[in-house]
Formats: sequence, structure tokens, C-alpha cells
Amino acid sequence: MSSPAITETKPSPPTTELMKVKVDGKEIAVPKTTPDPITGKPVATTMIQACALAKVDVPHYCYHPKLPVAGNCRMCLVEFGTPALGPDRKPVTNPDGTVKISKSPRPAIACATPISPGMEIYTNTPGVKQMREGVLEFLLINHPLDCPICDQAGECKLQEYSVDYGQATSRFVEPKVHKPKHVDLGPRIVLDDERCILCTRCIRFTRDIAGDDALGIVNRGSYNTLSAYPGKAFDNNYTLNTVDICPVGALTSKDFRFKMRVWFLKETKSVCTSCATGCNIVIGSREEKVYRYEPRENDAVNACWMCDYGRLNYKWIGSENRLTEVRIGKSTSTWTAALKEISEKLGKAAPGSVAIVASARQTNEELFLLSKLAQKFNALTDSVPRMKEGDKLLLSADRNPNSNGAKLTGISPAQMGANLPKIADRIRSGSIKTLIVFGEDVTKHGIGTDLLGKLETLIVSDILPNPTTELAHYLLPGCAHAEKRGSFTNGKGRVQRFMKAVEPKGEARPEWEFLHELVYQVTGQNGFASIEGLFNQMAREVPAFNGLTWAGLGDTGASVPI
Amino acid sequence: MAQEYRLILKYADEPGYTPDLDCYLRHGGYEALKKALAIQPRTLTDGKTLSGPEQIRDDVKLSGLRGRGGAGFSCGLKWSFVDRRSGKPIYLICNADESEPGTFKDRQILYKDPHQMIEGMIISCYANDVKLAYIYIRGEFPEGARILNRALNEARAKNFLGKNILGSGYNLEIHVHRGAGAYICGEETGLIESLEGKRAYPRIKPPYFPAVLGLYQCPTIVNNVETLCNVKHIVAMGGAEFAKLGTPNNTGTRIVSISGHVKKPGYYEVEVGKATIGQLINDFAGGLWDGRKLKAIIPGGSSAKVFKAGEKFKLKKKGPDGKDIEQEVEMLDLPYDFDSLMAAGSMSGSGAIIVMDDSTDIVEALANISEFYAHESCGQCTPCREGSLWMSKALHRLTHGEGRKQDADYLVKIADNIPGGRTICAFGEACSWPVQSFIAKFKDEFVAKGEADEKRRTAAQVQGAGLTPELKIAASPQPS
Ligand SMILES: Cc1cc2nc3c(=O)[nH]c(=O)nc-3n(C[C@H](O)[C@H](O)[C@H](O)COP(=O)(O)O)c2cc1C
Ligand code: SF4
Ligand code: SF4
Ligand code: SF4
Ligand code: FES
Repeated sequence: MSSPAITETKPSPPTTELMKVKVDGKEIAVPKTTPDPITGKPVATTMIQACALAKVDVPHYCYHPKLPVAGNCRMCLVEFGTPALGPDRKPVTNPDGTVKISKSPRPAIACATPISPGMEIYTNTPGVKQMREGVLEFLLINHPLDCPICDQAGECKLQEYSVDYGQATSRFVEPKVHKPKHVDLGPRIVLDDERCILCTRCIRFTRDIAGDDALGIVNRGSYNTLSAYPGKAFDNNYTLNTVDICPVGALTSKDFRFKMRVWFLKETKSVCTSCATGCNIVIGSREEKVYRYEPRENDAVNACWMCDYGRLNYKWIGSENRLTEVRIGKSTSTWTAALKEISEKLGKAAPGSVAIVASARQTNEELFLLSKLAQKFNALTDSVPRMKEGDKLLLSADRNPNSNGAKLTGISPAQMGANLPKIADRIRSGSIKTLIVFGEDVTKHGIGTDLLGKLETLIVSDILPNPTTELAHYLLPGCAHAEKRGSFTNGKGRVQRFMKAVEPKGEARPEWEFLHELVYQVTGQNGFASIEGLFNQMAREVPAFNGLTWAGLGDTGASVPI
Repeated sequence: MAQEYRLILKYADEPGYTPDLDCYLRHGGYEALKKALAIQPRTLTDGKTLSGPEQIRDDVKLSGLRGRGGAGFSCGLKWSFVDRRSGKPIYLICNADESEPGTFKDRQILYKDPHQMIEGMIISCYANDVKLAYIYIRGEFPEGARILNRALNEARAKNFLGKNILGSGYNLEIHVHRGAGAYICGEETGLIESLEGKRAYPRIKPPYFPAVLGLYQCPTIVNNVETLCNVKHIVAMGGAEFAKLGTPNNTGTRIVSISGHVKKPGYYEVEVGKATIGQLINDFAGGLWDGRKLKAIIPGGSSAKVFKAGEKFKLKKKGPDGKDIEQEVEMLDLPYDFDSLMAAGSMSGSGAIIVMDDSTDIVEALANISEFYAHESCGQCTPCREGSLWMSKALHRLTHGEGRKQDADYLVKIADNIPGGRTICAFGEACSWPVQSFIAKFKDEFVAKGEADEKRRTAAQVQGAGLTPELKIAASPQPS
């Protein structure tokens, strides 16, 4: 097994030599080398990369920028020429002084062919068009064409290129090759072998990125069939990425298939919250319901992959059990009333009598606001560590998405969780009388129901009910990340923002919004009432975030030292 | 009358000649190896020193030896491409996968004179600084593998192989690897994948040129059995002397396999270009069966383009004044060499002539060939994977009463989308050239067959007998 790797494609060092080539007559200088997607080592730039830099689209199926090149679909065939060399091995010039180009009699696959100085690439000649039509016709003859019931419809490369290069009628009169239609590849994937165009993207991803030799091709020729290793399930923590990269509808996600036509989905840029890696994602939602997560490319974090565990961990957002009411004691209340009472209580609290258990699943902004409250009362604070087994690819052993945010804002000590026993002790001894809990069930972390019962005031904000929310004197319903905006600081110090995909449930409000009000009422400090302003204020006040701006985070975030 | 010239098969068919080492040694075996190992470094006038291996490589270049596996590529040139500065080991692989339909020459050497090939291989390895080499032998030759292993053991026991060969300080090990039972395992990069334990999917070139990134991503030489035997003789007689055999640019001898409708099918070793196709068929293979007339031949294994009887070609020849003169040559008068056959639009390929007489149904013949290629395509790249089976299915239809008159054009259109660099390996050419050339040269027969089928179907319909002009399509070939 090759070592799985996500290489951070560092911006090419300025010393990278450039090489001039022509794409469809347009001259462009491109780097001589490009980092290899697996090893990161510089390798010769290929025609397809040069064409991309020239903004010329070369249709392709098997090529994927993050995978080793296979060169099997032949859709990317182009024509090309190189400077003609005389007998003296020197370039020959035309009568008009231009360099004479000798056109290659054979086409080349753009995805694998390295460029050379002075090369001319032709992507729009009649010959190239004819080759593309030929490949497409070959791909379609045995294809079942069940687009109406295919999940890939709408994001299918076979459909897209058929519009450009396909023929309206098929001249194929022979019987099609039939293959297995509903193959249960593993716990999360179903395969339709008839739709598979044998591009091997899924095989290469699984072998070269996920480090699992689970997939391969059996049989020969046109009967070639994608298969999992006989008798074994296709089951690693990254299988669903193959659904993303499958250019057709052969691999489908059991979770998503037949649930929703993709063109109805609203796409929102977000970040996975299931571990400290913070894979960039797109949330697909419709009518306030989340249907799927898909990875979003970020070379500094997750390339274009995410793990199955994180991808499928979204159903809680739409849970029937969501906390949707503000409560004072056991009775339903309003935000105004609850915040007023809480402010009054906190206003009377003595320094040292308040403790805060926040969650490292909360955003930087929320933790920052909680740290303001903590300062006011000189409160003992902490959050809850979530350590499990990680892997070598993406999944971090730290299952909190924002442990670093909790540390940088001062909510969590360097050793997260170290203060929890102290908080328990001081509740027991009676010195802590007020406990503020955000997004954690502290009864599981050493502050049992007996201790909670001793408190004068228990203020809890959460999303789903648990023994701690049951005992809350004030219960404030919070939001899933998909229902608000904010930022996390991932395990490597990447500060990444995420956007709102769906509306909060019931009375729930984004935590930063009501925390902002609470901080104002308790401390008199007026911060910003917008997430942009709040983030920028935090960036000024928290040293680690100095220099960052909300806008500056962009779609892929910014790194801070940790 | 043209004569056989037996260089490689000199002893193989002599009564009493056996494949064991003693017999080989009695016939001067391993003398060329001793000679090769004894070559001393030579200092040139410009002060540069040529090592023994370098001198052998130069001699192979001088000999003009061209590969006998199919492509006829210069052996010396191939060796010169080997990346010798990578710091990685260099491997040599003997391609003994002999699977091209019509070809049965390598197996004569393997079964009857294995030591000759092993000697040629050891010399080639020495010349290229190879320490580990493989013989990739066709899976369907289990006896051949046993013979080779026995021969290698004998050679090891006599220190022709192993550590410090004959006291020279040179170490070499050779392993036999049995093939995976597919035609594509003979394609050199498919072979390398197969040897690495994977599916024989040919590799893309660039970047995987064997000379640079071959076996285990190390520089690798792949040569055919017969090619490697020739190296022994080049060292024994000297490259310049070897080059006198055959004709310019087509040096040495060639073992030609002749099959089909001839009286004496078999293999015949001739100096390259010294015999014409007609001489090979008539003088060596005994001519056609009585009362039959020649219809077509395939000159270089089933993937070569077909020649039609009576076909004439315009060939360029060097006249006495050194200028090119154009000459019209009848097919049977074509000298059987690399260049003439290429100039005539086909190739000598693996050196196999398949003879078809006038009893041959040319459509059936092509259907047979196509079925082979549809079955053997590795299926990696789109045009070959889909095209090979499509053509075979169409031909199956055409040979099972369901032809159409447009099928000839239909087939050519499919075939035209496969070769010429559209595929990963030369199998794309191998499966489409027969279709292109058979139909180009015998189109009337394809059209006639289609028309007859259409007529028959219409008549049957008029009589109300089931079949409609719409194609029912006979069952097509299925995977085995
Ligand atoms: C589809 C295909 C099958 C081949 N099969 C064989 C084979 O069985 N034996 C062989 O020697 N070469 C075969 N070749 C040619 C090899 O790829 C390679 O060119 C040859 O082994 C090189 O040896 P040579 O230079 O000594 O001829 C095949 C090529 C193709 C494209
Ligand atoms: S299942 Fe999809 S990704 Fe995998 S080989 Fe088939 S078409 Fe390619
Ligand atoms: S690796 Fe972590 S951040 Fe990425 S998808 Fe999995 S759980 Fe989410
Ligand atoms: S040309 Fe045919 S045999 Fe060669 S790699 Fe492509 S599919 Fe396989
Ligand atoms: S994209 Fe280049 S061959 Fe598939």
C-alpha cells in the first residue's frame, strides 16, 4: 500500500521556470513543472494543465487533478506540434522568420503528455473533434442511458459531453453488453456496473489516496467490470469520495440516492464539524432541510476529499428532538425575558462564583464572547476534549472542530479538560454558584446531576436535549453550524469561516447573537452586532488572530500560528 | 530456388539434438559468452575507453539487428535509450509470451534449444549491466517453463549464471515467470505490469517508457526470444559479419511461421529479404493445396494488414546511381523483409504468414480474427475496449444471416476510430487493421453478403415466416 497522502500544493515557488507554449494559437507562459498530486514533487507540466492555465477546456473523464494519471478514457486527445529541428538539431525557421512547427502525425493525450518549449497544442481542429466524437460514441454504445432515474443526471460528464460531441441517433444495432445493475459494494455505496465507464478514478482514489486496495477490474475487454475484492466489502472511511469523483452515475451513495434531484439543491460553503481537520464542504439543502455534504477543494486542508464519518454526520441537524424553545425552569419563555433575568442574576454574581463550560464545537466568535463574560467574573472556564482514534489521511484524533479556537480565546486551558475537576470541586465546596454550559452534557464529564442540583443558577444553551439541559434553570436553544455563520480554527491553525445554509429551528438563535446581547447587558461592552464586525473585533483583541479579517478569510481560510 | 539459412535453428531439428546443456556444449555452446566476458576495455584514438559491455552494445548497433517480436525496432537503438545514470538497477526481460495468431517460432527455440536463448540473454544482460533478468513465458507453455528452469539450473551449476560468472566478477540471476494467459501480456508494458503481479494493463507512454520507467519503475529492456538469440551470434561472428546476412537495414535471419492452406505449413529460417513471399509460400511451404488458388495472405501475424492475391505495390528502390526509382511489384514478389512490407502498407510483424486460398470465406475469416481481438482486448482504454467488441458483434451478425448492405461501411467507420495513437497500446492497431484492410480489399464480398441477407429476410417476411427485415440479431459472442 502506498502511503496515503494529501499534499498541500504550496504556491509554486517564484523560482519555478516558465516555458512558453501555444494553445490554439494563443501564447502562454506556464510553469515547467507542477507538483505531483501524490508525492508533491515537481513533475513536468502536462498539456491539460497548460490548457487549463490558458483557460482552454479539454474534455476528460479519467483525469483528475488530485489523482495519478491513468490515460485510459482517451477523451482528452489533442493534436500538437513542436519546433522543427534541422539536421544540426537547431530549430528551423519559416521564410517569414517564425519558428517552423512540425505537426505530430499522432495525437496525444493531454492528461499525460508533458509540454516542451515552443510546443503548440491544438484542441479545436476537425481531427480533435472527430476523435472526441469517436470516444463518446464508444462510451455510449453499451451505456444504459437511464438518465431519467440516474442520480448523476445534472452533474454527469457523459451528459455534458454528449451535448457537445454526441450524435443525435445511435448507429449501434448490436445488443448491448449487460452487467450487474445493483451491486452492493459496501455499507455506503451501490454500484451500477452498466453505467461505469471504467475510468478507474475510484480505484486510483481508493488505492493511492485512501491506501486501500479494495477496488479493481475483473473480466476483459468490453466485459470489464468494476468490482470490490471478491468476498470483501468496500468499507473504509473514505468510500464516499468515489461517488463524488465518479464522472457518471455508476457509484451512488446509499444515503443520498433517489433522495433529491441535484439541481434543486442550494449549495452553501461550509466546514465539517466532526473533527479538528475542518474539511471544507458544500452543504446541499432544499427548503430548510440538509440533504448532503460534499467536500469542497482546499489544498491547505482536505484537497478535495472528506471522510465518510464526517460526511454522514448531518442528520442531527434536522432531528425531531431539537431544542426549539427558550425555557425558564420548566416553563416556556421568551428570549427577552430569559436574557433579562440571566443578566440580572449575573449582575449580582461575585467574582469567582461563576464557571463556564463551553464547547470546542462552538465558533471562535462565540468562544470569544464567552471569554468576555469569563473575564468579568474571573470565571473558571474549560471545554470538553473529544479524543478518539484518528487516521493518517484526514480524520483527526481530536473530534472537536475548534479546540484551537477554545484555547486561543482562553476558554480552554492548554490541557483541555484540566479545569473540569476543579469546577466540580468548587461546585461541591459551594464556591461556584453559577454554571454556564454551552453545547456539552457536563454530567458525562465529572459534573453529575448531584452537583448541578447544588447550583444556584444553571444557564444552558444547547441544540439537543440531554441530562444537563433537563436541569437548566435557563435553557437557550442554539443553532447548528448550518444555521448560522461563524469560524473555526482547525487543528493546524487554519481559521475557516462557514455560511448559513438553513434557517434555525423554532426559537433557536445563533449563539453569537444572544451572547452579544448578554455581554452588553452584563459587562456594558458593546461589540459588533454583525458577524463580520464581531470577527474583526476578535481579531484585534485576541493576539493569535491579529491581522485577520472576516473578508480576508475568503473561502479557504487563513493560517495562524498555534 | 531460395534456400533456408539456418543460423538460430542450425541444430534444433538435427536428429539427436537435445535441449540439455551437454548437447549444447558439444555444439559450441557458451563459447560466445566466454568471448563476451573476455573482451578487454579498448582505448580509442580520442583517449576515451570503451568497456567490454560498451563494445558489445556498439557491435549490436553495427549488426543492424531489428527486434523479432513485432515492431522491428532496432535493438541497438533500444539499448541506447536505457537510462544508465538513474542509479537504479537495470532489468532485462525476455518476451517469451508468443501469442500472435499464426506465430510459432519462439517455441521452437524454447523447447529445442533453450541454452541458445539463455546464452544470448546472459550476453545481453552483461552488455547492459543487468544483474537480474526474467523470462516471461506464455502461460500455455508449461512444458517450456520446465525446460527453461532445467536449463537455467544446468547453466547455474556450470557457473554460466549466478555469482562471478566464469570468474569474470559479473553476477546475474535469471528467473522464469509464467504468463497470465492473455495475449496482451505480450505487449511489453502489459508484460511488465503482469510481472509485477498486476493485471496486464499496458502503460501509457509517456511517461512509462520501459527504458526509463519499466519494471518496478526501473530502466528495463524487453526483447523477444529470437532477438536475444541473435545477440549470441552477433558476438560469435562480430556485428559487421552479421550485418552481411540478409539485406541492408534488414540484417540477419528470420524464422518465418507459415500456416494456412499450404502443403507444408511450418517454420522456415531465411536471410531477411533474400526470399520473396511467393518463394516462402511455394518453395518452402510446398505451395497451395492442389486445385486451389491463392486468395489472400496475412504477412506478419493476424494483426498485420491483409494482402490480396495479385495486388501490386509501387515500391521505391535505390537505383544504381543512388537515386530512388519507383518499381511496381506484385505481392508474391515482395521480398520478405521489414521495409518492403511496410512500404506495401503492411508489416512483417512477428514473422508469420497466414495463407488463405479461394475456398476461404473472407467475411468468416475476418469475423474469426475480430472475435479473437474482442476477447483479448484488455479493456483499459475506450476505443479498443468498445470498438473491438462492436466490430466483432457486427461481424458475428454478418456471418449469422443478419447482415446489411451498409455493414462494410459501418465496420470501417468503427475501425477508423481506433488506431493511430488513439489507444494506449498497439493493440488498437492490431484489432482495427484487419477490419480496415479486409474491407478495403474485399469490400464486394462484405456488401454481397449483406445484400443477400437482406434479400433473404425480405423474402421470408413475404412468405410470412417469422423473420422481419428488422434485425433480430443473432446471439453475439459472450465472455468466457
Ligand atoms: C498486443 C501486442 C502483443 C504482443 N505480443 C508479443 C509477443 O507475444 N511476443 C513478443 O516478443 N512481442 C510481442 N509484442 C511486442 C512487444 O511489445 C515488444 O515490442 C517486443 O517484445 C520487443 O522485443 P523486440 O524488440 O526484441 O522485438 C506484442 C505487442 C503488442 C502490441
Ligand atoms: S465507477 Fe465511476 S469512477 Fe469508478 S471506474 Fe466506473 S466510472 Fe470511473
Ligand atoms: S476528516 Fe474530520 S473534518 Fe474531515 S470530513 Fe472527516 S470528520 Fe469532517
Ligand atoms: S489498446 Fe486495447 S489492449 Fe491496449 S491498453 Fe487499450 S484496451 Fe488495452
Ligand atoms: S483524460 Fe486523458 S485519457 Fe482520460
